[in-house]
Amino acid sequence: MNRSGDKFDPDAARARCKAYRRRILEVSQQVPALHIGGALSSVELVDCIYNELMRPGSGSNSPDTFVLSKGHGCMIQYVVLESLGVLDHSDLENFSTARGQLGVHPDYGNPGIEASTGALGHGLSMVVGMALANRINRVDGVIYTVLSDGEVQEGSTWEATLMASSLRLGNVVAFIDYNQMVSIGPIVGLHPHFYPLVEKFRAFGWECVEIDGHDTGKIRATVLGRQGTKPLMVVARTVKGKGVSYMENVPMWHYRSPNKDEYAKALQELG
Amino acid sequence: MRNTFSETLYKEACSNPKICIVVADISPAGSMAKFGTQFPDRFVNVGVAEQSMIGICAGLALKGCQPFAYTIATFSLYRPFEMVRDDLCYQNLPVTVVGMGAGVIYASLGGTHHSQEDITIAGAIPNMQIIAPCDPLECIEATRWCARQRVGPVYLRIGKSGEPTLTTGAEPWEFGKIRYLRRGEDVCILTYGVIAKMAVEVADALRALGKSVSLASAHTVKPLDRAGIVEALKRHKQVIVIEETAPLGGLGAQTKQLAWDCGAHCQLHTFSLRDAFVDNNGTWEDLLDAHGLSVPKILAAIA
Repeated sequence: MNRSGDKFDPDAARARCKAYRRRILEVSQQVPALHIGGALSSVELVDCIYNELMRPGSGSNSPDTFVLSKGHGCMIQYVVLESLGVLDHSDLENFSTARGQLGVHPDYGNPGIEASTGALGHGLSMVVGMALANRINRVDGVIYTVLSDGEVQEGSTWEATLMASSLRLGNVVAFIDYNQMVSIGPIVGLHPHFYPLVEKFRAFGWECVEIDGHDTGKIRATVLGRQGTKPLMVVARTVKGKGVSYMENVPMWHYRSPNKDEYAKALQELG
Repeated sequence: MRNTFSETLYKEACSNPKICIVVADISPAGSMAKFGTQFPDRFVNVGVAEQSMIGICAGLALKGCQPFAYTIATFSLYRPFEMVRDDLCYQNLPVTVVGMGAGVIYASLGGTHHSQEDITIAGAIPNMQIIAPCDPLECIEATRWCARQRVGPVYLRIGKSGEPTLTTGAEPWEFGKIRYLRRGEDVCILTYGVIAKMAVEVADALRALGKSVSLASAHTVKPLDRAGIVEALKRHKQVIVIEETAPLGGLGAQTKQLAWDCGAHCQLHTFSLRDAFVDNNGTWEDLLDAHGLSVPKILAAIA
């Protein structure tokens, strides 16, 4: 059973995600910059993983593991971990300060952080190693991860993609936060042949589907309905900056904090 | 030395189910094949994909395993460098990166297969430890230590094949401590790795000239046995460092720094590869000779 129970409650999921977006915006007022666009695009994915998919264990432990491969989106991970009581309110208040332990990218050793990420293209190989370790250690645990679509340009990601299927790691569930933007703008302008993605992952031996990455019910159903014999890649269509109109698909919001007026407008939009 | 490593690791793996090895397209011969056959879940060949080799080792270690990454030195350290730095060293995981055929051992394969800067590069990364055994017996000790330690990442720099045994009757091997293969009064030769066999020949030649010669294996290049080196500098009239690596940050450079710091009065000679690619063809000895590393050239330089 997952944290939110066996039955999916879409209203509860929407309420959680709204609260997470508001909290991310709140923290953004403490620092001159944070990767807000990529955090907002991953809200439903990270919420669903922690609250709908990972099985709770004793305390903050779960037999399952989550690695945020796109470490720059860690504000969503921090606020979810805060809501679960893994991180303290003070941890978020002291984000990116000399007093605090949380930085702009997640560091292994901090509560709830299973691997240090931030340099792109590292997460999936570590996920493969973790999934293999679970097999070696006879541990029934799923390794969840969220990659950015920028990371899919890294050669190392494709090395790990090939290894996951060669090792038949059915205990890997990966998502691509498919917002189709990198820091300077749309991917299509850089790499017209980046697309299609689903066919590429299927050709590499993965089960792969494309869904709406802001539809928590669909994310949940896709993972729970997977075959389980192959690693699963969910290409999750998202919008960078999702939920704040002036941030959506605007490259500037890859790494910027809203000013006071912008913050007020964002809260108003989120409701 | 690579067979010694494989056999030692296989034996360790028989008694420790956490030990696993991730290799990149190496010949599955000898004990390595035995490891793969007997422990198929714990033996992974990633093929020609060294970045994933290191990342997978990190993931294994994050879940409590004791992984080894194994391939030719230049491909185990240089190609996946950011993974070594971030995934292993930044997270301080007990993963051993084995650099096989390090230095210029893959002589005839050319500069793309030489790892002459590996000590400099690995040594510059925080948390990284470096061990470079000088003979198969030291390789056994070093491999055992790597298989049992939980301190952090190790770069285990080994040779390939045919290395002579040099340490029979030597002092016991201890991580982080230089180890005297023989003790004398006048001259001390400090060395590590496969080139130690040349250091033995230099020691023999000096003894034939009437010198009383110490010879020590500085197998743990990082953390360096600073106290042991200082003692060698203070106890001998002449200290000679012989190593098969780039000059920057090597044992020679560190010994010079220690000599300054401790106010040593001995003569100090350091021999390493030059700060230049090895671009001639030939045997391992031919390549070393082109950089001034041969018994006659060393003897001439210190005369």
